Amino acid sequence: MSYYDFLFVIEVLVGGLLSGVMYSLVAIGFVLIYKTSGVLNFAQGSMVLFAALTFVSLVERRVPFALSLLITFAVMVALGFTIERTVLRPLVNRSPMTLFMATLGLSYIIEGAAQLIWGTQVHGLDLGIDDTPFEVGGVLISSFDLLAAAIAAAMVAGLSAFFYWTRIGLAFRAVADDQFAALAVGLRLPRIWGTVWTAAGFVALVAGLLWGARLGVQFSLSLIVLKALPVLVLGGFDSILGAIVGGLIIGASEKLAEVYLGPFVGGGIEGWFAYALALVVLLVRPSGLFGQKTVERV
Amino acid sequence: MTFFSHLRKAAIATAFVFGATAVHADEQYFPLQSYRVGPYAAGGTGFFGGFIDYLNLINIRDGGVNGVKLTWSEGETQYEVEKGVEVYERLKSNPGIAAWNPLSVGIAYAMIDRITDDKVPLITINHGRTDTTDGRVFPYVFPLLLNPYSETSGIVNYIASKEGGLDKLKGKKIVVLYHGSPYGKETIPIYELLSQKYGFELSHIEVPHPGNEQQAQWLTIRREHPDYVVLRGWGVMNPVALKTAQKTGFPADHIVGNVWSNSEEDVIPAGDAAKGYTAITTQASGEQYPVVQEIVKTVYGAGKGNLEDKSRIGSVYHNLGIVNGILNVEAVRIAQAKFGNRTLTGDEVRWGFEHLKLDPARVEALGAKDLFHSINVSWDNHEGDGYVTFQQWDGKKWNVVSDWIAPDWKLLRPIIEKSSEAYAKEKGIKIRTAEDADAVVSN
Repeated sequence: MSYYDFLFVIEVLVGGLLSGVMYSLVAIGFVLIYKTSGVLNFAQGSMVLFAALTFVSLVERRVPFALSLLITFAVMVALGFTIERTVLRPLVNRSPMTLFMATLGLSYIIEGAAQLIWGTQVHGLDLGIDDTPFEVGGVLISSFDLLAAAIAAAMVAGLSAFFYWTRIGLAFRAVADDQFAALAVGLRLPRIWGTVWTAAGFVALVAGLLWGARLGVQFSLSLIVLKALPVLVLGGFDSILGAIVGGLIIGASEKLAEVYLGPFVGGGIEGWFAYALALVVLLVRPSGLFGQKTVERV
Repeated sequence: MTFFSHLRKAAIATAFVFGATAVHADEQYFPLQSYRVGPYAAGGTGFFGGFIDYLNLINIRDGGVNGVKLTWSEGETQYEVEKGVEVYERLKSNPGIAAWNPLSVGIAYAMIDRITDDKVPLITINHGRTDTTDGRVFPYVFPLLLNPYSETSGIVNYIASKEGGLDKLKGKKIVVLYHGSPYGKETIPIYELLSQKYGFELSHIEVPHPGNEQQAQWLTIRREHPDYVVLRGWGVMNPVALKTAQKTGFPADHIVGNVWSNSEEDVIPAGDAAKGYTAITTQASGEQYPVVQEIVKTVYGAGKGNLEDKSRIGSVYHNLGIVNGILNVEAVRIAQAKFGNRTLTGDEVRWGFEHLKLDPARVEALGAKDLFHSINVSWDNHEGDGYVTFQQWDGKKWNVVSDWIAPDWKLLRPIIEKSSEAYAKEKGIKIRTAEDADAVVSN
């Protein structure tokens, strides 16, 4: 392998890792809700779209950037509590499959509502972050992706601190561990779920802004859930650390596979390669690399 | 507010649907399988908006085509094939259908057998399967102005013109970055043929649907150091390609987009990364053309404009819709000259399309000089030898940067005939003659 080929491998690897962090951003939203309510929220992608579309529509109406951010966050809080009140609360104690189907339906409703309220036009989103690459030892690195990775890292650190060192975080963990026990000690489940959906809404907002700046704010933004699903399977549905590590593994491996295996099978393999990898992990470790193993007495 | 305008449009659409069931003898009806919501709504609203705006112009300004009023109703498909077919089944019993215009490859494929049985034209302007150009085998399908093979030839001819001639292509390297779908793959054989003919080095790189991640593909491109990248994209794949090209240091002015990578929706989300990007088109964008000005004055002036956002007037998809409107209306007008100024049957309109000859003088008379070049459809050539031009994005608008370029039709025709004849053999279709094409079903 020549020095140039070696640099190229590094470049693909770094690009993949940075892309993986972007997948993790979406995956974290799933983890938050799954961790505390056992619901796989399929509407997370629609929430990303809704948040980004709301934000960009406000900015285009000349609402200042910071105020747009605040209003959008308020909208996401309202959305979180509305979902808890109108969808989750009536379905308490239903099977996970029922809840999953409810979020699937919710996903279509949010997508439709986003287009109904803000229209169907494609928007550009400029966050003021320069996206010209810079070179480190012959390897091109995207400054935008690097900043996105830093934001994701800060968010993970913040969420981890929140979960482990705050009273509400402790309550979240208690609910995640055993809902009935949490109820028995006086924790108010509806309030906790509402707060968790709000946190997921915040994650959706951050992911929506970063992905929106990358793709443009358009309907396809909701399809980024397809990138998050293998990350969740690989990392574990209830682990924030798993979402990060899973994202890095998926991002790096799919890029390397596309570049080095793709030419032998006609190319365009990264779409399914991530799922193939996740499937292998699922066979070996059904709860993912960092997911909590479920032990049930039979 | 958008929500209320949606309600208003829904009410109007409902009124049209119910109204359409009572088409009178002096009305010609266009069923529209539109998509105003879903992932491709931005293109759908522009195209169908332009089409309806032109039909409205003819009704308001001229009182219809020779007194025959144009009517239409819409069915939402969200660009999904099964919904497109469902809308077809729902609207096909309306009387006086002139032609179907789904603007969707998938829906068009699903309709070919149906419209052939029903003897009604299917218009696939700038898209559809290439071999439907052969009217001997596909009597009712019209890929007007441009089929995928002509597009490929037009792009290669443009690159050659930039390099100083077709002989200068020898030794150049072109990468085609294509959408991982039958649409994306359709031009692979013709690029290979042109590569052999002109001696340029060629490689194809696939982007899996929907194309929201292209780091690996662009790093591969960077390693290959091509002279040009042809972007054969769709939807979100296009802005992501431009952004990722910037990230990997590939210059935008060496990327040439195909006809479904040429709209404002493809470049605006890419921001500055799209500056200098060039794309092929059959119709120029902008409001300066007399027909567009008339639409603004007559249709929007009367409060009947179809676009909610007036800043989209003259955009690529809006102008494509207007050109599509011109071609449909002129086909009806030509058919009326033969069969009478009345509601025509689908087969009579098919005859009109097969005699659709608009030379540059007629195009100018229609107020569309420089909006599109000309068309020359015949019973066996359903594309009509459309010319192409190239436009470059300056960060705010498209600017035309080439003359009208002719694809190499003579080179392409034998390949198209080979494919269509194979289709005819497989399906047991009798190949039409000119006499067959002149036999028209009038009731």
